[in-house]
Amino acid sequence: MNFKLKDIVPQLITVTAVVLVFGFFTYNAQINMENRGIDFGYGFLSQESSFDVQFSLIEYDGSHSYFRAYLVGLLNTILVSVIGIIIATILGVIVGVARLSPNYLINKFAAFYVEFFRNIPLLLQIFFWYFAALRALPLPQDAEAIFGVFFLTIKGLYVPAFIWQNFSVFFYSIVAAIIAIVVIRIHAKRVQENQGKQIPVFLISIGLIFILPLLSFLIGGVGISFEVPVLKQLATTSFIYEGGVSLPPELIALTLSLSLYTATFIAECVRAGIQGVGKGQKEAAASIGLTPNQVLKLVIMPQALRIIIPPTTNQYLNLTKNSSLAAAIAYPDLVLVFAGTALMQTGKAIEIVSITMFTYLTLSISISLLMNWYNKKIAIQEK
Amino acid sequence: MMSKINFLRPDKNNLNTFLYLGSFLFFIGVLDVFFNSFFSLNLTGFLPGFLSFLFPLILGFIGLYFIRIEFSGIKQLDLLNKHINTNNFNAVLSLLIIFVIIKSLPPILSWFVIDASFAGDTKDVCTGSGACWTYIKVWMRRFMYGMYPNAEQWRINLSFIALVLMGSVGYFATDRFKKYLTLYYVVIYPLIAFLFIFFFISGGPVFFDFSYGIIAAILSIILGFFIPAKYKFYYFLIVPLALYITLKYFIFFEEYVELGKLDGLNWVETGAWGGLSLTFIISFFCLIFCFPIGMAFALGRRSNFPLIRYISVGFIEFWRGVPLITVLFMSAVMFPMFLPEDFFIDKLVRAIIAISLFEAAYVAEVIRGGLQALPRGQYEAAKSLGMGYWKMHIFVILPQALKLVIPGIANTFLALVKDTPLIFVVGLLEIVGMLNLAKTNPKWLGFAMEGYVFAAIIFWIICYAMSKYSYNLEQKYKTDR
Repeated sequence: MNFKLKDIVPQLITVTAVVLVFGFFTYNAQINMENRGIDFGYGFLSQESSFDVQFSLIEYDGSHSYFRAYLVGLLNTILVSVIGIIIATILGVIVGVARLSPNYLINKFAAFYVEFFRNIPLLLQIFFWYFAALRALPLPQDAEAIFGVFFLTIKGLYVPAFIWQNFSVFFYSIVAAIIAIVVIRIHAKRVQENQGKQIPVFLISIGLIFILPLLSFLIGGVGISFEVPVLKQLATTSFIYEGGVSLPPELIALTLSLSLYTATFIAECVRAGIQGVGKGQKEAAASIGLTPNQVLKLVIMPQALRIIIPPTTNQYLNLTKNSSLAAAIAYPDLVLVFAGTALMQTGKAIEIVSITMFTYLTLSISISLLMNWYNKKIAIQEK
Repeated sequence: MMSKINFLRPDKNNLNTFLYLGSFLFFIGVLDVFFNSFFSLNLTGFLPGFLSFLFPLILGFIGLYFIRIEFSGIKQLDLLNKHINTNNFNAVLSLLIIFVIIKSLPPILSWFVIDASFAGDTKDVCTGSGACWTYIKVWMRRFMYGMYPNAEQWRINLSFIALVLMGSVGYFATDRFKKYLTLYYVVIYPLIAFLFIFFFISGGPVFFDFSYGIIAAILSIILGFFIPAKYKFYYFLIVPLALYITLKYFIFFEEYVELGKLDGLNWVETGAWGGLSLTFIISFFCLIFCFPIGMAFALGRRSNFPLIRYISVGFIEFWRGVPLITVLFMSAVMFPMFLPEDFFIDKLVRAIIAISLFEAAYVAEVIRGGLQALPRGQYEAAKSLGMGYWKMHIFVILPQALKLVIPGIANTFLALVKDTPLIFVVGLLEIVGMLNLAKTNPKWLGFAMEGYVFAAIIFWIICYAMSKYSYNLEQKYKTDR
C-alpha cells in the first residue's frame, strides 16, 4: 500500500484545522450579517456612487457607478506606481553606481543618501513632503515660473499641455521606428554570428527613433503646440492656473517620497549586482581586447543584471504596495476611493476589502510574472 | 633648474609651480562660495550674472586640473588625486559636492540651532525664522506616551526599564546558566513582558487565579519526579497549564470572570496608549509573534506533505501580495464580522495580530532562503544519526539556517518597526499619529516641520542602531564553510 498513516495524519489535522477556522469565520459572518440586515453580494458595483473624486484619469463624477470609482482608484494607483518605479529605477541605478565610484566624495554622498532615506519610515516621509515641505511653496499668485512655463505652487505643479495635430501619424512613426529597430537588431545579430561583422546598432537605433518622428513633423503634417497655464483670479484673494496639466500636491508628495525611499533599496541591489561580478571577468574581457565600453556592455552588465533583477522585482512590488499609503494624505488611490469612501457609503466591508486585496494580489502577481519572464530571458542558458 | 612650462599639460618638473597655482585657484573658488553662502557676499558681482555663477566652478576646475600630477612624490597630493581628482569628470563632481555642502550648511545650521528657539513654553517665544523646539518640548510627553495619563506614566517607564534590565541578563549569565538562555529568551522573557504590559501598563483585569496556579505548580512538580527524563520537557510544557485549567474549571467549576484588578493601578484603555512607547510595544510583540509563525510556515513550505505545502504557499503568497494598510483595514472593519457577536477583541490586539501575520510571511520567505542554502549533506547526516524530523531541524538545520539569514531577518524587523506608524488606520496613534494630532491643535499651528524632523531623527537612530547591531551579529556568528 502506498499510503502511510504517518503521512496522512498530520495533513489531515492541518486541513481540518484550516477548514474549521474558515468555517467558524464564515458561520459568524453569516449570523452577523443576518443580524445587521446586510446582504452579501457584488450588485452594489453598478449602483450610482454619488461621491466625487479630486483627481481622476478618466471621466468621473458622482453619477457614475461604484465600479467606475473603483477604476478611478485603480488607475490612480497604477499611475503613482509607474511614475514611482521609473524615477526610483533611474535614481537607484545612479546612486548604486555612485556608491562604487572611486571618488571618495561621491561614494560617501551616495552612502549618506542611502542610509538617510532607508532608515526613516515611508509614511513619515510622505507626511513630511506633503504637510511640511510642499506647504512651504508659494501661493499661485506669488509663484515664479520655472523656464517660463512650469509653475510650482502650494496647489500643485502646473505644466504645459501638448496639443497635437495629426497625432496618429506621429504615433505610427514611432511604432514604425520601434519595429525597424527590432528588425535591425535581429539582422545585426545574425550578421555577427555568421560573418563576425559588427553593425553599430545603437547609433542606428538612436538615429531612427529621432529621424522618423522628425520626418512626421516635416512631411506628415504633424503639428505641436503648447498650452501654457495662465493665472486666473477667482475671487479677490483666490487664484488658480487654468489650462495646461495640473499635478496635485498629493501626487507630487507621494511619487517623490516613494521614489526617494525605494531608490535606496534599488541602489543597494545594483551595488550588490555589480560587485557580484567577479573581478576576473573584467580582467579577462580587457585582456581579449575589448574596449572599456564593450566590457561594461557585453561582459559586466549581462552578468550583473542576473543578480540585480530578482531583488529589484521585490522592490517594484513593495513600491506598488506602498503606494497604498496614499490614503494617509488623501490622494485618491484604490484604498482611499474604494476601501475608504465607497466602504463608508455602502457598508459592504467583506466585499470591498476582498476586492481591494484581490486587486493588489493581481497587481503583484502580474509584476512578478513580467519580471520573471524578463529574468528567464537573461538567465544563463545552459546547454 | 626650471624647465619649460606647458599649462595644458601639468608635469612633475614644475611640481611646485603647478601645486601653488592649482591650490590657489581651488582655494579662491571655494572661498567665493564660502563667502557667498555664510556672509551672503558676492565677491564676483562685477562679472556678468551667468559667469559670476559659474566662476567658482571654473576656477576650482582649473585648479584641480593643475594639481592632477601623477606620482608627484607628495603622499597627500597623490591620495587627494586618487580619491577625488582622478579625471575631469570626477573633479567636476567633487567640486559640485563640495559647493553643495558649503551652500547648504548655513541654512541647515541656522534652522536647527542658530535661529531656533528652545526656551519658554508657549508659542509666542517662537518668533525666529528657525525651528521651534519649544513645541517639541511642550508636547514631549504626548509624543512619548500618547494620551496615557501624566500621573501614571511612571508605569510605562518602570516597565521598560525592567524589561531592558531583564533583556540584558544574557550578557551577565555565567557559563552554568548559558544553556538555559534560549529557553529564557524564547519562552519566559516574552511571557514576563506580556504580564508586565498587560497588568502593569494597562492595569487590566486579572484572569489568572494565583491560588489555583500555585496548587497546579506544586502538584506538577511533585508528579514530575515520577516522569522519565526523556519526557520531562514535554511534561512541563503541557501538564501545569492543563492541571490549572482542570482544577479551576472542571473540578471547582469556577466561572470565567475577571477576578478584580491589581490594587492601586488605574485601568488605562489601549485607546489612550500612544506615542513612542506604543511603537515599542507593538514592535516588540510583533517581533516575538512573527518569528515562530514565520518559522512554522517556512518549514511548512518545504514539507514533504503536499497539503501542508499548499496551505503554507497560499498563506505566504497571500500576505506578501497585499499591502499592510489593507490588512489593517481588514482587521479594523472586516475581522469583527468574522467573530461571534459578543466576542470583542481589543483593537490594539487586532493590530498586533494583523502585523504579526503580515510580517510572518516575510520572515517565512527569509528563513526558507536559509533552509534552501544548506547543503543536502546536512539533512542526510542528521538523518543518518537517527534523528527524527523535529530533532533534525531543532539541533542541526535551523541553527545553521538562521545564522545564514541574520541580515534578512534584521531587514524584516526593520521593516516592521518602520511599518508601525500605519496603525493610524485602526485609530491608534503612535508617534507619527500624535504628531499629526498635535499639528492640528489650534494653539500650535504651523510647526509640522519640527515635528516630522524630530520623529525622523528618532526613527533614524532606532533603525540605524538596529542595522548596525545586525551587522555585528552577522560578523559574530559568521562561520566559514
